[in-house]
Amino acid sequence: MKKILVTEDSAAMRGLIVSTLEAMECFEIIEAGNGFEALRTLPREKVDLVITDINMPDINGLELVNFCRSNPQYQQTPLIIISTERSERDRKKGLALGADAYLIKPFQPEELQQLVRRLLH
Amino acid sequence: MGSRQALDDFLAEAEELLEKLRQDLAQFGDEIESGEINPDLINGIFRDAHSIKGVAGMFGFDDIAELAHRLESLLDHLRLGKISPNGILLDLLFETIEGLGRLTRGKATDSDFTIDISAYVQRIEALISGSGSCEGVSLMALDLDPSLLNVLTEYEEHRLKFNLGQGALLLLASVAFPLDSFDTDLSELTSEFKHIGEVISTLPGAANDDPSLLAFRILLASKVPLETLAERVEFSDCQFTVIAEATTEASPECEISPGPGGEEIAAPGATEDTSLRSVSHSVRVDIGKLDILMNIVGELGLVKGSIAQVATDLTQAGQPLSRDLEKAVHALDRRLVELQKAVMDVRMVPVRQLFDKMNRVVRRMARELGKNVELSTFGADTEFDKLIAEELADPLLHIMRNSLDHGIEPSSERLAAGKPETGRIELRATQRGNHVVLDISDDGKGIDPDVLRQKGIERGLVDPAAQLTRQDLFNLLFTPGFSTRDEVSEYSGRGVGMDVVKNNISAMSGMIDIESQPGQGTRISLTLPITLAIIKALVVHIQQRDYAIPLTSVLETLLLEPGMIQTIEGQEVIELRNQTLPLLRLNQLFALDETTSTAGEFVVVVGFSDRRLGIVVDELRGQQDVVIKSLGQALSFVKGVAGAADLGNQRTVLVLDVSSLINDTLRGDGSLNV
Repeated sequence: MKKILVTEDSAAMRGLIVSTLEAMECFEIIEAGNGFEALRTLPREKVDLVITDINMPDINGLELVNFCRSNPQYQQTPLIIISTERSERDRKKGLALGADAYLIKPFQPEELQQLVRRLLH
Repeated sequence: MGSRQALDDFLAEAEELLEKLRQDLAQFGDEIESGEINPDLINGIFRDAHSIKGVAGMFGFDDIAELAHRLESLLDHLRLGKISPNGILLDLLFETIEGLGRLTRGKATDSDFTIDISAYVQRIEALISGSGSCEGVSLMALDLDPSLLNVLTEYEEHRLKFNLGQGALLLLASVAFPLDSFDTDLSELTSEFKHIGEVISTLPGAANDDPSLLAFRILLASKVPLETLAERVEFSDCQFTVIAEATTEASPECEISPGPGGEEIAAPGATEDTSLRSVSHSVRVDIGKLDILMNIVGELGLVKGSIAQVATDLTQAGQPLSRDLEKAVHALDRRLVELQKAVMDVRMVPVRQLFDKMNRVVRRMARELGKNVELSTFGADTEFDKLIAEELADPLLHIMRNSLDHGIEPSSERLAAGKPETGRIELRATQRGNHVVLDISDDGKGIDPDVLRQKGIERGLVDPAAQLTRQDLFNLLFTPGFSTRDEVSEYSGRGVGMDVVKNNISAMSGMIDIESQPGQGTRISLTLPITLAIIKALVVHIQQRDYAIPLTSVLETLLLEPGMIQTIEGQEVIELRNQTLPLLRLNQLFALDETTSTAGEFVVVVGFSDRRLGIVVDELRGQQDVVIKSLGQALSFVKGVAGAADLGNQRTVLVLDVSSLINDTLRGDGSLNV
C-alpha cells in the first residue's frame, strides 16, 4: 500500500485531510503535526507522497519542500502544498522549489482525491 | 464531510482555538501596554485565526469562514507591520472573536444558525484601509544565499526586514544533529537562541557527508555580539555566518498608520530601546532541570528542619538571641513554602494534552475497528505534574483500548440492545484536594461479575465457596494473566493489561477502581496525586524503626485499646464505626521478628473511600515534608515500599506504598502472612 505523509499543524484540518484520503481506501496515511515530525518520518518510512501546509511554526512547508528536493532520496517524491488564497507569493515559491501541485483552502474533498490520484496514478 | 463526528471535532477544535485566542489577546493587550511586543505571539494569533478559517470553510460554514477570513486579514496586516498595535485594534480583535464564538456555539445546536457579520466586516475593513506599508528595507543588498530567501514565507521575510531595519545583527547558524535526537536537540538550541534574540526561520539542510546527521541552518537576529555568542558553551556546536552587521543607527522607519481614531501606543520597535528589550515570554525547560530544582527545594526543607532543631535546643539551653534565630527560621519556612509552591506550579500541565492524545487515538482506533464512538472530555484544564502526565499516557491508552475493543459493541449489537448506534466514551478529570481523579467511562456491554467469578474459579484464583463482593470480583481483573476474553485481539492483546496498568498507577502512588453494570457500561477511576516529588508524610515508629506514610492516604489515627482487636478467619480486625477494618502489622510483613507481636499502641487508618486498612504502629512521630527517592530497579520487586526518603540528620526511612498494601491485604495475598 502506498504511503502518504500529511503535514499540517491544525489537528482538525489534518483530521479532515486524513479522512478524505482514507475514504479512497488504498493508502496508508502517516500524520505529522509539524515540520520536525515530518523530518523524523521521512527517513523511517518510504513515503510515496507528501502533503504539507505552508504556514507552520519553526520549519515551514516551503522548507520541507526544499529539504525533499535537495535530498536525492526524496527528489522524486511527489509533493502537494496547501495554502490559503492570500499567500499567493508563498505558493509560487513552493512551486518554484519543486512542489508538484497546490491546493487552496478551503477545497472540496474531490479536488484533493483527484490530485492524489493523478500524482500516484 | 458532514458526519456528526467530524462536526464535533470541528466544534471542539474551534472552541479550543477561540479560547486560546482570548488568552493570547489578553497577553497581547499586556504587551501593548508594556510596549514589548513578541512577534511570535502575533504570528500565533494569526495562525489560529487561519486554522479556524480553513476548517470552517471545509465544513461549508461560510459565515464563520468569512469572519475568520477578515480577522486573519487584519492580523496579517498586523504581523507584517502594516498596522500598529493599539487599544482600538485590540477591542476589535476581542469583539470579532466573540462574534466567532457566538457563531460556533450556535452551530453546535443548529447548523443553520447564523448572525449578521457585516458590522464586524466594515470595522475591520476601515482599520485595514488606513494601513501603510513597511517595505522600505530591501533584502537585495544582503549577502544572503538566494536559496535561503526562496524558502522564507512572506511573514518570515517581513521579520527579516524588520530586524534589518532595527539594525540588528543577522546571523546564520549552521549545526548538525544526530537523526534520532535532532528534534529535542534542535528545540533546545532554538529556545536558547530565543533568549538572546529572534529565530526567524529554521531550515533543514540538504544531504551531507554523514548520513547519520541532519544539518540545519537557523536564521537569527541576535541582540548580543557575535563574540559573546561564540563563547557560550550552548552554541559551541554552531558555526555562525554574519549576514548583516549590527548598526547603531536604525534605517529610516517605515510609515505606519495608527488607523482611524487610534491613539498611537508605541509601534513595535518604534524606538531602538524597546526592540532591544523584547524577549520571548515563555521558556521551554527540560523536566530533568525541574526535578533538580524540586530536589534542592526538598533538601532545603531538611536543612531548615536541622536549623529549627538547633534553634529549639538553644532556646532550651537559655541562650541569648535564640528567639531571634527561631523567628528567622520561621520566616525562612514561609519563604520555603512559597518557593516549593512556585516550583511545583512550573511543573504543572493541564490534562488537556493527554486528552488530545487520547482523542486522536480513539478516532484512529474506532476507524480501524469499524466502530462508531464518540469521545467526550471534561475538566481538560485540571492540572497535574508533568511527570505524572507522562507516566499516565500508557496506562490511560491501555484503558481506552480496552473500552473501545471489549467495551463498546459493534453498531448492530448496540441497536439490537436498544442503545444509540454511536458508543460513548467519557474522560473526566476532577481535582479533589491533593488528588486528581480521572474517570474513564463507556456505555458498552460492561463486565458481568458472575463471569469473572466463573473465570476466577476456573483458574483457581477463587474458592467456589467464598462469598465475594462485587469489588472483590472486579479486582480479579488486576490479577496477572487474567482475561475474560478467549480470542486474541490486535489491540488489547490477551491477558496483558490491567495488572500492568495497575502496577503503573501504583508506582505513582495512585489508586485504580473498576465499577461496571452488565449491559450498561464500565467506569474506571484513577486517583492520582497532583505531584510526586514532595509529599507530606506521617512518620511512624515500629520496632525501633521509622517509616513514612504519605499523608494524603492517611484518613485518621486511633489509640489502640486492649480488647479492640478481634480475629476473623485468621485476619486481625477492629470494629470502627460499625465497619470492620482489617489490620496490618508491618513487623510481620517485613519479617522484623519471629514472634507475632501484640504490642502496638496506635492504628493508622489509610486508604480511599471504602477500601481501608489499619496499620498497627508503636508510636506516631509526627508530620514532615519528605522527598521520595526511588529504590532503583534492583529493589523494584520489594512489595509495599514506594521508595526511601531522607528525614534530615542523616536518617533515611522507607516510604510505604499504601495502595499496594491495601490491595494485597484485602485480597489476602499469601505473601503478606496476614
